[in-house]
Amino acid sequence: MSESVSLVLFSGTDDKLHAAATIAAGASAMGRPVNVLVQFWALDAFRKERIALDHGLAFDAVRPGSTTATVPAGSLPWAETFRQAKELGDVQIRACSASMALFAIDPSELDPLVDDVCGIASFFLDVGDGSLVFI
Amino acid sequence: MLAITTPLSDTDLMALESAKVVDARGSACPGPLLEAKKAMGTVQVGQVIEIWSSDAATKGDISAWSTKVGHVYLGCLTGEGYERVFVRRQK
Repeated sequence: MSESVSLVLFSGTDDKLHAAATIAAGASAMGRPVNVLVQFWALDAFRKERIALDHGLAFDAVRPGSTTATVPAGSLPWAETFRQAKELGDVQIRACSASMALFAIDPSELDPLVDDVCGIASFFLDVGDGSLVFI
Repeated sequence: MLAITTPLSDTDLMALESAKVVDARGSACPGPLLEAKKAMGTVQVGQVIEIWSSDAATKGDISAWSTKVGHVYLGCLTGEGYERVFVRRQK
């Protein structure tokens, strides 16, 4: 079994991206290669112009009776956590080509955190027999 | 050479000379761990780094990380509202 950890980012809300960045950074610090595929609403959040904006919270946060979660003091913005994860380990972030087309995003519009654009088969070549998490 | 038992006693930890002290107090998980990893690259093999953290999970995380990547977790001292975590660079 490969030690690699692969994440598919679908959701573009700050809470889910924060959780994903924490997993990526932890795995990377532990020396595990990390492959990230960014698609749909997450890809929209990785646009250069939008990455630092407020992306809201998942539906769980606004449904009736939900607990109010606050970002702990001292937490890094999720984009910064991804940046550090990349600096400290083997983390590759790739944009899903189908979502690029769907949202009409040009590669030049993406934040430099994104390494390249790829198709799903190329991503699965990276995943190999490692674990895959969908967020 | 004597075998070293880790974690070290508080007295032994207090006697250590850290090559680098990282103040990660106020930083939430995984901040202190990332800071530790960054700092480890700046010291020589055999030297000790010390991470200050107010996150109670840090010492367990740094101990797990040390075991995984081959450094030696030496232990931690409790300060006021934070912990001082010691790791020796081993490779």
